[in-house]
Amino acid sequence: MNAPAYNFAYLDEQTKRMIRRAILKAIAIPGYQVPFASREMPMPYGWGTGGVQVTASILGPDDVLKVIDQGSDDTTNAVSIRKFFAKTAAVRTTTRTAEATIIQTRHRIPETPLSEDQVLVFQVPIPEPLRFLEPRETETRRMHALADYGLMHVKLYEDIARHGHIATTYAYPVKVDGRYVMDPSPTPKFDNPKMDDCAALQLFGAGREKRIYAIPPHTKVVSLDFEDHPFEPSRTPKTCGLCGADDTYLDEVVTDDKGGRLFVCSDSDYCGERRGAEKTA
Amino acid sequence: MSEPDVPLLVAEGVTKYYGRQLGCRDVSFSLYQGEVLAVVGESGSGKTTLLQLLSTQLVPSAGRVRYRLRDGVTRDLADLSEAEQRFLFRTDWGYVHQDATLGLRMNVSAGANVGERLMAVGWRHYGRIRGSAVQWLDRVEIDTDRIDDPPLTYSGGMRQRLQIARNLVTQPRLVFMDEPTGGLDVSVQARLLDLLRGLVTELGLAAVIVTHDLAVARLLSHRIMVMKGGEVIEAGLTDQVLDDPREPYTQLLVSSILPA
Repeated sequence: MNAPAYNFAYLDEQTKRMIRRAILKAIAIPGYQVPFASREMPMPYGWGTGGVQVTASILGPDDVLKVIDQGSDDTTNAVSIRKFFAKTAAVRTTTRTAEATIIQTRHRIPETPLSEDQVLVFQVPIPEPLRFLEPRETETRRMHALADYGLMHVKLYEDIARHGHIATTYAYPVKVDGRYVMDPSPTPKFDNPKMDDCAALQLFGAGREKRIYAIPPHTKVVSLDFEDHPFEPSRTPKTCGLCGADDTYLDEVVTDDKGGRLFVCSDSDYCGERRGAEKTA
Repeated sequence: MSEPDVPLLVAEGVTKYYGRQLGCRDVSFSLYQGEVLAVVGESGSGKTTLLQLLSTQLVPSAGRVRYRLRDGVTRDLADLSEAEQRFLFRTDWGYVHQDATLGLRMNVSAGANVGERLMAVGWRHYGRIRGSAVQWLDRVEIDTDRIDDPPLTYSGGMRQRLQIARNLVTQPRLVFMDEPTGGLDVSVQARLLDLLRGLVTELGLAAVIVTHDLAVARLLSHRIMVMKGGEVIEAGLTDQVLDDPREPYTQLLVSSILPA
């Protein structure tokens, strides 16, 4: 089926224009959450409705799309979104990071460094970093407006008081361009340093919460911390069981019911490339 | 103390109407550094309205409130930007609520409650923030072993003392208190009052204390204002007003204290 009833990339052109305006505003104010009229998408909330809308709005016929879910190209969410755009936009899809022009991601940034001609689209469940500290949306907006971010450090303080170190390991708050505190979506904090001075444009879409925000290329992104408890990107201190990498973010895979464990790169493409290179070498 | 001759806080004809309902009318006074002013009167007399007007939480219908900032310049509070008002509120001012749950973050540890203001003004050293919190908990007589417990697990008196520590940690010059001893039993009240009196003298704080309890006013304040129906009916030195009340209402108020 080639889905003739649908417009290119599913959304109608007026909707795309509306979303593009929000994206432009988000790029103009790095880290600021721009409200937008999020549409119903043919998938449930929490499956990337925000990311899909952003991708649909920036996708052109010549783009090459890669979709990852927890770093992997072959899990349900990634496969179905890739199929969705292959069907509704007939764009070329890929699993190779270097080939892609648009990469939609759920919770990881690829290990391969991104370039200027790439766009990274994040699926965001909860865009508000202050949400669990201050439940009132009116108040959190005012706090953003006044750059009143003492509360964010209260959370980090609590971590240290309870655990002896900053125990937040994902959705670790960052300050973008010296102004807005932003939730980098639930990416592991291992990926936070990759956001800083990244060559690619980074877009964040939250469908249920109806917010879009962005980090323009080469923007300063600083992870919040204390002077005596500096930010540390964490990873499991193991090497990948498949490619032997010792500097990548690892997934733990249970291999049997006798306590067997295998640690593998969460970025399946990166891992595969490394193994491919070994074979040919 | 700099410029002791210039008042810290000046209210000029402060008036508030809630629609047609009068909140308070034409209240004027000056408060100097280190001075404690008690506002007394029965429920509904406009005490809390006045406190909120003074602390920029309400906008007056008429009149103005001026405050001498730390740089020595006296400014109309209505002219300050929202950011400046917030900054003032969490550095140079304190606000002690009657209900401690309004003034504290109940699910966050006591240490973080005390440290929040410090972090808000840019402290980024965990050890120093914690050190300061320990010092203040000790000062308000809270066992420092309980620094990592949330105030949810504290008793009423401890919560109130924690609220005071949280407010005083940035060394404010002016503290607003709304019935600080309300809802506490008598012995806990006495201990809290004792603590407050000590801190006020020690730190040279100016304070506006709203209370319906004349004993609190007598113990803590230098001056007193008696409010009734939204207006100040009598004002003066605390002992003078309480020992020799002129207005019939004040006489009634004073005479209705149960003899100890």
